[in-house]
Order: sequence, then structure tokens, then C-alpha cells
Amino acid sequence: MKLKNEHSVLTAKDLSIGYPKKSENTLVASQISFSLPQGSLTGLVGANGIGKSTLLRTLTGMQSPLSGSVQLGESDITSFTPFQLANQLSVVLTEPPASKNLSVIELISLGRQPYTNWLGTLSTTDKKAVLDAMEATETRALAHRKCFELSDGQLQRVAIARALAQDTPIIILDEPTTHLDLYHRAYVLKLLKKLASEKKKTILFSTHEIDLAIQLTDTLLVMAPGGTFFGEPCQLIEQGLFDGLFPKETIHFDKKTVRFSIKK
Amino acid sequence: MQATTTYKKAFIVLTLLFLLSFLLNVSLGSVSVPFDAVISALVGGDVAKETWRFIILEYRLPKAITAILAGGGLAVSGLLMQTLFRNPLAGPFVLGLSSGASLGVAMVILGAGAFGGFFGGTLVSQWSLVVASALGSFLVLLAVLAVTLRVKDTMAILIIGLMFGSVTAAVVAVLSYFSNAEQLQQYVFWSFGSLGNQSWPGVSILTACSIIGISISFSCVKSLNALLLGENYAKSMGLQIKRTTLGIILATSILAGSITAFAGPIAFVGLAVPHITRQYFKTANHLVLLPAVLLCGAVLLLLCDTVAQLPSSEYTLPINAITSLIGAPVVIWLLVRKRKLFF
Repeated sequence: MKLKNEHSVLTAKDLSIGYPKKSENTLVASQISFSLPQGSLTGLVGANGIGKSTLLRTLTGMQSPLSGSVQLGESDITSFTPFQLANQLSVVLTEPPASKNLSVIELISLGRQPYTNWLGTLSTTDKKAVLDAMEATETRALAHRKCFELSDGQLQRVAIARALAQDTPIIILDEPTTHLDLYHRAYVLKLLKKLASEKKKTILFSTHEIDLAIQLTDTLLVMAPGGTFFGEPCQLIEQGLFDGLFPKETIHFDKKTVRFSIKK
Repeated sequence: MQATTTYKKAFIVLTLLFLLSFLLNVSLGSVSVPFDAVISALVGGDVAKETWRFIILEYRLPKAITAILAGGGLAVSGLLMQTLFRNPLAGPFVLGLSSGASLGVAMVILGAGAFGGFFGGTLVSQWSLVVASALGSFLVLLAVLAVTLRVKDTMAILIIGLMFGSVTAAVVAVLSYFSNAEQLQQYVFWSFGSLGNQSWPGVSILTACSIIGISISFSCVKSLNALLLGENYAKSMGLQIKRTTLGIILATSILAGSITAFAGPIAFVGLAVPHITRQYFKTANHLVLLPAVLLCGAVLLLLCDTVAQLPSSEYTLPINAITSLIGAPVVIWLLVRKRKLFF
């Protein structure tokens, strides 16, 4: 399938993640291997505390792996300078912007920082990229609103627009659907799907919306107590992976309806 | 982007206001000098009385320039600190620079009592205060930079700055306890801040320091904007946090340190002016805010100093009292009217 045809943009090889300590390393998860092809949408799911954030931090170069490697294209992530990395990979974090006084267009324009001069003035190319990002995320009407005037759903779209403006082949999002209602959760995920297929972005996002992720993503990365698994959603369902994701006495996964339910 | 035209208009208004407050500041004082004499003294023409020319050129002009540099410089460092620590309560002295300066000055003035007349006379000259204050802030600067290089968390730098402040305040308290009334009075007067009695060499040193500090600030504009998103986002856009933090702290220290050395610990301006400016320039972009804050700070301190002079009277009120008396109601009024703290 397309997994084999297109070259992979983001690859993890036998990755162990965690936190180095003086005496003994704190291992969070190990033996993580996957490769994301260009233009694919991948969801990262798993229970709270299983290490999703640590994995994302490792994949974005914010912390180093305990062992194994992360590769962007052909080169190891450690060989990139922060500036070069900013040209490869953009992020959407769970934290809101520190200053709520930023207007939407100012915030999205900040995504052009890796390309602008020392004063950060925008060239015509930069302005066009900002405009395109706003078009794609339907945030143009919000351009001159301040961040404190936005709803959570709008703020999330603006954050995605900023990442788009940064114009990187890879976008990594940390729980982009938290705090959103069902409609906006679906909206954000469909937006990501569209960006992956139309703009050929390689997108990885962590989420707790496993049912939505199963429906929309090309591939899933599942962090379970028994290990980390990677594959297409239907394959993973076949393997019975979601049954063991949460304690069985509380949560039940129904393969036919692809839904989780609470055991009474 | 959008709104460049509205900013242009606001900047023109601000510049006019600046010129006006400068002229007002130079024209008014304890001795009344006719306005045309003020102008001709400033442009180097003939002045009817030699004393007028002396008052304008040797007293009021250096004072006005000090007010401009101190107001602008403190406001800029306040803006830098608020952005670096992402805290609207931060001001130029959060790193403990004024505490360092006051410790230096307290050592010289009060220490004379505590350590038994080491400096001979009871009253200490202006220049030794400048040197002591500069030395004090410089030592604190070195300490803060050392901490910055070790500590990862920006908030930790803030707390450590506050701790420096507590320690120096404690030392000053101990010194005060052993001092006599005259020395205490001189120390208290210094802590009120004062823009007057500046010599031209002093003003040129302050100007040089201000130019360096403000240039470093401008070189940080892009990084400051990135920090508005938070450190993690800034990093993800290729910003080198440590280098940026060092640059911002260095600029603040040079500005706030040199101003405190010459004019004493002038409170309030650094905290309030960025807030006042943000209310009018509805932007978070430092490329606009930095020059705006610079001008606003200069205007505010010029006006405050004009009031502190109590025109046509012999009294000069402490500048620190006036900045807060005028400034605090302005900030309260702005916040109540807009019901929103822009940061």
C-alpha cells in the first residue's frame, strides 16, 4: 500500500523514552518503532500516564531518547540545530499562548519566525503563508480578534494555523481535542485529515478520542501497558489491541460497533 | 500587517506630546524664566540674563535629559521583564537591581556609622553615591547572570531575584539600626529618587549606557515576540532560550542599573508604563511596543518631574512620590475603564 510506496518522513527505531537520572534512568516506554509516510494522519492513543507526552517531547527533540533513534527523513533528529528543526517540525501544544493580548493574525504570523529577518518583519511570501494558513483553518474572519476573545475551539484552530504558517513537512499536536465539544473535536480532526491529504503534511496527534481517531486516521500508535503498537486502525482492532487498553473491569471495547462502553 | 497607519498616527501624537512635555519641563521651575529666553538658551541664541542661561543649560536641561533617559529606560526594562517572566506584575527591579544599588549606597552612607567613620565626613558626595550604587547593581547583575546560567526555569530566576532583594533589605535594615539621624536622612532622600543635580559628564555616561541597553533590547524584539507564545513554542520555532534570556537580562541590568546609579531607585514607571502603553497601542508586537513604551516612559517622567518642581516655589517634592501619586490613579482608571488587563 502507500506505506511502502512513499518515503517515510518521521521514523522511530527501537526507541526508549524516559528521563535520565544520575543513578538509574526512569524508563517510561521502550521498543517503540514506527514510520510515518508523507501525507499521513496518525493518532497516538493510550491511557493517562502511559507516556504519550514523553513520546511527543522526544519526537519533537525537546528531550533526548534514552536509546534508539528518531529520524526526520534520512537524518537523525539530534543532528538538527534548533533552527533547522523549526524548518522541519512544528508543534501545537496543550498550553495556551502566554500572552492573551496577541491578536489572531499576530499569533499566526509568529509561525513565520524561522523565515523572517532579525526584526521579524513579514515579507510578501510570509504574508501569503499566513493568509493561506488562515484560509485552511477558516480563521480569516477572526484575524483581528484578541486571543482572550476566542473560544477554546477557535483558539485551537488558530494554534493549528500558526503551525501551518511555519510551513513544515511535519506537524505534531499534543491533545488538540481536549476542552472541545463533540462537534469541535470532530471538526479539528477532520481539519487535520484534510491538511494531511491536501497539503501533504505528516501529522501526528495524541488524543483520548479513540473512537474518533479510529474512524479518521490512516494509522494509529497505541501505547498500552504491554508495549507500543503501530498500524492501521482496522488491523489493530483485529488484533484485539483496544480490549487491553484500559482495565477490563471498568471499560469494555466492542469490536463490531468500534466503541468503548462502561461496565456497570 | 494591518493597523500600521493607526500606529503611525499614535506615534506622531506621542512624539508631539513628548516635545511638549520636554518644553514644559524645561520652562517651569523654581525660578521663572520667560519662554522665549528658554528657547533661545536651548538653541544657543542670546539670553537677556546670564543666570537664566545657566539655569536652563546647566540645571534644567541635564535634569530633563535624565528624566527622558530614566523614564524611557525604566519603561523599556519593565516591558522586557514582563515579557520574559510572562508576568504583568514584573518591573525593572524584580531581579533585585535596585536592592543591590541601595545596598551599595547604604554601605557608603550608613556604613560610615556602622564601621566607624571610615569615609571621614558625615555627608557623602554625589559621585561616591553613583559609584556605590553602580557597584551594588553590578554585583547583583553578576549574581543573577550566574544564576541564569545554572537554572533552567525562568520563574526560578524571578524568585531568586526577590530573595536577593530580601537579603539586601535585611542588611540595609541592620545598617540603619546602627546609623545616626543625619545619615538615615541622607539615605532616605536617596531612596526617594532624584533627577536634579546631574552633571554633564554624568548625563553623558547615562546616555551611553541607555543607548547600549536600548540597542540590546531592540536586537531582542523578535525573540521577545516569540516568548509571547511561551517558552516551549518559542523553542519549537528555533529560539535559543538561554541566549535570549541572557540578552534580555543584560539589557535590563544595564538600563535599570545605570538609571538607579544616577537618579536613585525610581519606582512605578517601569511597572506602569508598559500597561498604559498596551491600552493605547492595542498590540503585543514588541516592534511597536518598544519605541512606544520608550516615548511614554519619557513623557510620564518629564510630566511627573514638572509637577515635582512645584513651579515658582522653592520646594522639590520626591520624584518617587509624584510618579506613584500621578501614575497609580491613571493605571487604576485605565483598568477600570477597559475592565481588562492587556498582557
